[in-house]
Amino acid sequence: MTTDLAPGPKVDPKIAATADFLDTRLGISKMFKGLGRKLFPDHWSFLLGEIALYSFIVLIISGTFLTMFFVPSMTEIHYPHDALPVTMQGQPMSEAFASTLNLSFHVRGGLFMRQLHHWSALIFVGAMVIHMLRILFTGAFRKPREINYLIGFLMLITSLLAGLTGYSLPDDVLSGNGLRITDGVVRSIPIIGSYLSFMVFGGEFPGMDVVPRMYALHILFIPGLILALVAVHLFLVFWHKHTQYPGPGRTNKNVVGFPLFPIYVAKAGGFFFIVFGILGLMGATMSINNVWNYGPFDPALVGAGAQPDWYMLFLEGSLRLMPSWEVVIAGFTVPMSVLIPAVVVPGVLFTVLGAYPFIHNYATKDTGEHHVLDRPRNAPTRTAIIVAVLSVFFVLLAAGSNDLIATHFSLSLNAITWAFRVLFFVLPVVAFIVTKRVCYGLQRKDRELVLHGHETGRVVRFASGEYAEVHKPLDDFERWVLVGPQPERPLEIEPAEDSNGVRRPGHKKELRRQKFSRFFYEERVEPVTPAELVAAHATGAHDALPASEERDARELEARTH
Amino acid sequence: MKALAASRRHRLAPVILMTLALFLTGAVYAALAPSSAQANTAGADDIEEGRRLFITNCSTCHGMSAEGSDTVPSLIGVGAASVHFQVITGRMPMDADSPQAGAKPPQFTDEQARQLAAYIASLGPGPGIPDEETVDPALGNAAEGMQLFRTNCAMCHNFVGAGGALTNGKYAPALDDSTPTEIYEAMITGPQSMPVFNNANLTEEDKRNIIAFLVAQREPNPGGFTLGSLGSVSEGVWAFLVGFGLLIGAAVWIGARSS
Amino acid sequence: MTIEHTDRSTDVVEHPEQFTNPGLPPHRPRLGDEDPKANKLSERIVLAIFTVSVLASIASIVGYFAIPVDPEAGSMGNTRLSTIVIGVGLGLGMLGIGVAAIHWAKSLMNDHDKVEERHEIAGDEETRGTAVEMFNEGVRDASIARRPLLKGAVGGALALAPLPFLVPLIGNLGGDWDVSRFKRTAWAPGDNGDRVYLATDPTNRRIKAAEVTVGSLFHVMPWNLPEHPNYLDEKAKAVVLLVRLDPQDLKETEERASWSYDGIVAYSKICTHVGCPVALYERETHHLLCPCHQSTFDVTDEAKVVFGPAGRALPQLPIDVDENGYLVAQRDFDEPIGPSFWERER
Repeated sequence: MTTDLAPGPKVDPKIAATADFLDTRLGISKMFKGLGRKLFPDHWSFLLGEIALYSFIVLIISGTFLTMFFVPSMTEIHYPHDALPVTMQGQPMSEAFASTLNLSFHVRGGLFMRQLHHWSALIFVGAMVIHMLRILFTGAFRKPREINYLIGFLMLITSLLAGLTGYSLPDDVLSGNGLRITDGVVRSIPIIGSYLSFMVFGGEFPGMDVVPRMYALHILFIPGLILALVAVHLFLVFWHKHTQYPGPGRTNKNVVGFPLFPIYVAKAGGFFFIVFGILGLMGATMSINNVWNYGPFDPALVGAGAQPDWYMLFLEGSLRLMPSWEVVIAGFTVPMSVLIPAVVVPGVLFTVLGAYPFIHNYATKDTGEHHVLDRPRNAPTRTAIIVAVLSVFFVLLAAGSNDLIATHFSLSLNAITWAFRVLFFVLPVVAFIVTKRVCYGLQRKDRELVLHGHETGRVVRFASGEYAEVHKPLDDFERWVLVGPQPERPLEIEPAEDSNGVRRPGHKKELRRQKFSRFFYEERVEPVTPAELVAAHATGAHDALPASEERDARELEARTH
Repeated sequence: MKALAASRRHRLAPVILMTLALFLTGAVYAALAPSSAQANTAGADDIEEGRRLFITNCSTCHGMSAEGSDTVPSLIGVGAASVHFQVITGRMPMDADSPQAGAKPPQFTDEQARQLAAYIASLGPGPGIPDEETVDPALGNAAEGMQLFRTNCAMCHNFVGAGGALTNGKYAPALDDSTPTEIYEAMITGPQSMPVFNNANLTEEDKRNIIAFLVAQREPNPGGFTLGSLGSVSEGVWAFLVGFGLLIGAAVWIGARSS
Repeated sequence: MTIEHTDRSTDVVEHPEQFTNPGLPPHRPRLGDEDPKANKLSERIVLAIFTVSVLASIASIVGYFAIPVDPEAGSMGNTRLSTIVIGVGLGLGMLGIGVAAIHWAKSLMNDHDKVEERHEIAGDEETRGTAVEMFNEGVRDASIARRPLLKGAVGGALALAPLPFLVPLIGNLGGDWDVSRFKRTAWAPGDNGDRVYLATDPTNRRIKAAEVTVGSLFHVMPWNLPEHPNYLDEKAKAVVLLVRLDPQDLKETEERASWSYDGIVAYSKICTHVGCPVALYERETHHLLCPCHQSTFDVTDEAKVVFGPAGRALPQLPIDVDENGYLVAQRDFDEPIGPSFWERER
């Protein structure tokens, strides 16, 4: 080890001296002893969170570049007559917008950094969502990781705020309309809505304050918050040790993988550069948020195809789907067609998402620690719920793009909207049922595979004249993946009355909980047991042939060729 | 026109070529048929030729004297610009019964379109076909045009003229392929769902500024591929297709055991 | 309910209920583990990719210096080229490092799986006991249990302490908090009773009634609005759309008969849903469509909602003409424009 305090002859004396310097001041030998050879399991889906982390770092780096040239001010100026692009020359605009144009056209590499920043933002939020889906599908949120799941969930919310505040900064027409919609939504909140709107804009929309305010939030407060959450999140990943997929040699009591130093330093470190590289290539070649096409903000304008970035698109879709509804109670106005789609729908969606580990605990009364992940098919109800929620999310995304769907597929805007209104309610039910059935089907297929082995495509004829296909049985390692994981079972509860015939208090509550639990775990496909496998071998002609028959079969085959 | 030439590799190229081809055809036709040599100034011959074309191709719907019917508009007084626009963009003659008449390859040469226009113009006064100077983007101010376009046009046609949806299957078409003359004629006549922008609303100079802005949009995008200029939705789709396609591909490579 | 098997086994041997974990599979050697040539090749590939990275980074820097984008030398094409060269160079530079490092890790570093034991996250009984004891000792040392008043005082002080920060912060954020401004627009006649002229947006030309022909659409703002000190705030409330309808298409109630002028009607352009500009006018159907959320309003019928989420019709601006034929607003809107809010009807 390089931190050896008494360096042997092989260690470079310079490294030894540095290590000694650091160890006597920081105690790095203890840290390295604890962490240096810590193991991480290898799987591509464990890198999704890293995509989010690395794109966040790229966001900070490119964002720092942008702050050097961006002016967060809404003061009106006229764009110079000799500056690019020609379509903006001499036009009135805010300093924020003018500085965005300037850093795009006259700062070398500025446009690249802007595009890099924006692509990274889309990928950042996307990676968080995909990472979260992986966590949900594989049950990685289960005890002891519920709190870390919540921290991740908070990061998702803060990132949405980061996106919203960042999107508003250039002060172009699209960002201004985004703020206009935000204003409309804030105003719809009963009792305090108008005052909240004044609070956001420092008066009426748009005012002169919103860009500097968003700027302070976007470059200081929100990234600071995310950084703090990232630190806790990563600490807990180390503290809990990483989960692993089921496999031979892997148990709830161990970790199988590669050491941090050197393999994961190279792999995870290398992946940072790959993420940076891919984002860089995207920023260099794919234009994004061409604000010079939209022009400076003007509250009288909007363009066709005005949509927010993808992570806010579900809200846009929700607003578009809602039919007209406004009520006046005792002279006070409640705009339901804003309140429901923009406040209630996301509120419910996020509450369910954040509370999912606790809903799970309620259904299982979970006591043990789970470090081995589920294959999604082995938790059919959970998988089906996630797919159902996802299907709603996709309907909202599509509804948010309904005008583009209309023009690109030559459909009627109104018909599409109606179709999505119906799908919003129907699709999740269908998705739930179909997904659940698919999961059970896959589990049965796994059973078949264990019982009868792989088809080899070799058909042989026995001496008796019978034909049969030779099946190759699974080896122990392959079989373990299919028979090892045991399904959850519904809660067992005490009977309503104890042995003395006295009604137990709280029984009704337990009954409800059991019912809930049955919804999740009642219907299940049990994995093959050793006894079943032996039975299948005893009756089946499908297994590998006994050695003598195998030889006969080969000869037969050779003769027929 | 310099700007047009600069983007010859772009989607405009076929249009320019087509327009040139049309003019060429017109020129050849003119050379072969001396009687209508002065195609652009509506002579009595043009009107007569236009009438003939009208009777053969348009009168089934619009009536023998362009008077229209309950479901088909009368053409008396719509002016030459309207006819020229509808015919040269292929919208007329209309084929199927759809929510709106879409652009398609034109059935008539520019020459013939002008003859038709001349005939209709002879039935009643209306906006005429603009001359080259009126629609020359080089004489317009693209920055002023930007402001005008955003206020008056972008809500239907999108910020860069990529088009957009209207109600019940109608749509505002993309403007990438429209010639300056067509853009001008559309503004002054208001085809189908489009409102009319008369010269009090948008002066001739305003209109030329708008044309200058639209032509300036055809320069190559400084940021790289435009991804269809459809804004955030297409950007999101590309982020997932290209971004996550590559990133997850890399992740699978990293997670796979090497052989 | 889906125990899928019927136990046909007649074996007398007792089988375990579950399979046992077979342990790690044997390590499969890589090509490079056994073939020194392949090993050497991997090393060369890593070296080559690092070299590509170095070259790309250099190209990026060269591109920075070589391609001018300043106003004198620059053009859109230059900006495009500069962006691509700097960006692609940086991207390939980064990508090269990553691909090389990972190829190194995968092909040359030890790839034997290692196993490490996990420990329960919760402390064992002894640790928990010690912790509880330490905590109790601390509570005793603080002697807080016997002083309930002190507990209350700590709580109260801590709860109040943030307020001197929060109250001024929130108090100042809303400016003058005069939310009644939502209900007034720049169309209200001036102090001297002068009515406000309608003018084109953005060209600020007054509009004569005769110029508004049937089928045309005017985007309108109050005349000389750009000179207003809160120009954008006022514009966000005051913009209207002006169209002329064939009088027989127009359905007007008795009350609003005097609000239009010879078939010319003016409606607020700010959507009553969440405030986008409803700017999309279909000349043939006389429908106004909001491009943001597709609320559709019928101009012939007092701009009532015919489709989409908006809860109310667009407010109508009562108009008139002056002695020279220019269009003017009779007065401000009769109701607040734009998105709804709690006190709207009060």
